[in-house]
Amino acid sequence: MNPAFSVIFLTTLIGTGQGLFIAVVFGQPYSGSGTSNYGLVATILAFAFLAAGLFASFFHLGRPERAWRAVTEWRTSWLSREVIALPIAMILVLIYALLQWIPGLVDGKGMNIIGLAGVFVMLALFFCTGMIYACVKFLQEWATPWTIINYTVLGTASGFVLATALSAALDVARLGEFKGLAIAFTLIGLITRLFSFQRNNRIKYRSSIQTAVGIKHRKITQRSMGHTGGSFNTRAFFHHCSHKLISNLRLVVIVIVFVIPVAMLILYGYLPREEILWAAFIVQYIGLLAERWLFFAQANHPQNLYYQTVG
Amino acid sequence: MSKQLALVIDLNVCVGCHACVTSCKEWNTSGSAGALPDERPYGKDPSGTFFNRVQTFEVGEFPNVETVHFPKSCLHCEDPPCVPVCPTGASYKREEDGIVLVDYDKCIGCEYCSWACPYGAREIDTRQKVMKKCTLCVDRIYDPELPESERKPACVLACPTSARLFGDVNDPDSEVSVAIREEGGYQLMPEWGTNPANHYLPRRKQRITIHEDELIRADSPLKKEGVHPHGPVEDVTLDDVTSW
Ligand code: SF4
Ligand code: SF4
Repeated sequence: MNPAFSVIFLTTLIGTGQGLFIAVVFGQPYSGSGTSNYGLVATILAFAFLAAGLFASFFHLGRPERAWRAVTEWRTSWLSREVIALPIAMILVLIYALLQWIPGLVDGKGMNIIGLAGVFVMLALFFCTGMIYACVKFLQEWATPWTIINYTVLGTASGFVLATALSAALDVARLGEFKGLAIAFTLIGLITRLFSFQRNNRIKYRSSIQTAVGIKHRKITQRSMGHTGGSFNTRAFFHHCSHKLISNLRLVVIVIVFVIPVAMLILYGYLPREEILWAAFIVQYIGLLAERWLFFAQANHPQNLYYQTVG
Repeated sequence: MSKQLALVIDLNVCVGCHACVTSCKEWNTSGSAGALPDERPYGKDPSGTFFNRVQTFEVGEFPNVETVHFPKSCLHCEDPPCVPVCPTGASYKREEDGIVLVDYDKCIGCEYCSWACPYGAREIDTRQKVMKKCTLCVDRIYDPELPESERKPACVLACPTSARLFGDVNDPDSEVSVAIREEGGYQLMPEWGTNPANHYLPRRKQRITIHEDELIRADSPLKKEGVHPHGPVEDVTLDDVTSW
């Protein structure tokens, strides 16, 4: 597939926002001092990430003014379900922010209920996003539970790294927990992503040129795809990058999404400077953009079998 | 079984002339699916939206090769994976005749359906920014203004070798069903369970056995029926000039 930048930004931005919100709700019971406005700032930031993701998604649409129509087919379409889950998530985040801004509206138990409802919607949103890709069964690189697991774990990891940086800036008391979990989620992400890389290395494609044209001969060569100029089929489904670039990028992703951020988080224990944590978040986020690019570029669409030779 | 209109494409007779491509473009760019824009048609790097393409494949290795011309358009799958993924309901399959269509007024151009079609049958219209694909000429096959014989998709009418048949594949007595049944019609990528309505008829070798004595005219067909004599006949074969 040819990676679309709008979708890369959409999935990485909302992933970070979702992860950050989960981190905030998780951190709530630890907010003993009550003097810091950490929770409020982090919640608003989570909202900002979700909103930025939503904004990016509009660039993917040919007719953004009709985007509201996308809520109608929630019975069958995971994309429609995502389009519903995202605003619900954003509303819950706003309510959560409001409750922190005006304390005393609800008691601690009420906060926890709203918070947990938010976490539940965030997880549901991860699931919807993952299923958009995982449900297309002939995109065999995507049609696996790893897709959903990676979206969830990588988004959560990125959110927790951001939460760590934020807590260093605003409230040091909870830093330890966030940092520990940020490292843990990043390492889990490393394992799950390596598993999916490994799985995709070994895919046996069910479609071949033989099934595509229905001729059972071992040697079939395309002589013409029917047009010499490009078409939607050659633009949307081919990334035109070399295998070498892809395999190098894979290494880069492993290093900057997982290895460097974890190293920086550990380094912070010895050299407690806030900038290190911010840098860890930014490096990881850039890495996640590359990771998402790779996710698309690595998917082999069976329609490509029909577009091998210009002619 | 409900009606399912479809094309049956005979690879044995398609000569790869692209008449179906141009007639499709001509009809649909001027019809309800239009316009199908071309970008830089006479410039460098031209591009355009088409519903139908003819591709060419070479099967085998020289000198034992066959050239197969392979027209490809939306197959109007009976279980179309492109339909349930559409978030807006713009993509739908008609109950009454099984044609898969896009409602251009509802489509938001998210391209998700094009990912969900294993055959690459959908193209985004670069100007109108909505998804387009073969409509089986739904705007002409029911048109009462046209003579009965012309109520067929434009590609079917244009094909000079009659490589394209059109009809209801769920009616066992239709021309298309008989062709599928008797000529070994098959579906593309059966592994994904899409159950395409369009079928393809394979290349087939046709041979007839001719015996040597059949090569020589042994008798006048004008003569009355009888047992064929063996070998060439030197004798006169007409009784007299008026016998015929
Ligand atoms: S060929 Fe593609 S676009 Fe046409 S019905 Fe089948 S899946 Fe949908
Ligand atoms: S591009 Fe249009 S028809 Fe296709 S899935 Fe999106 S809204 Fe539906």
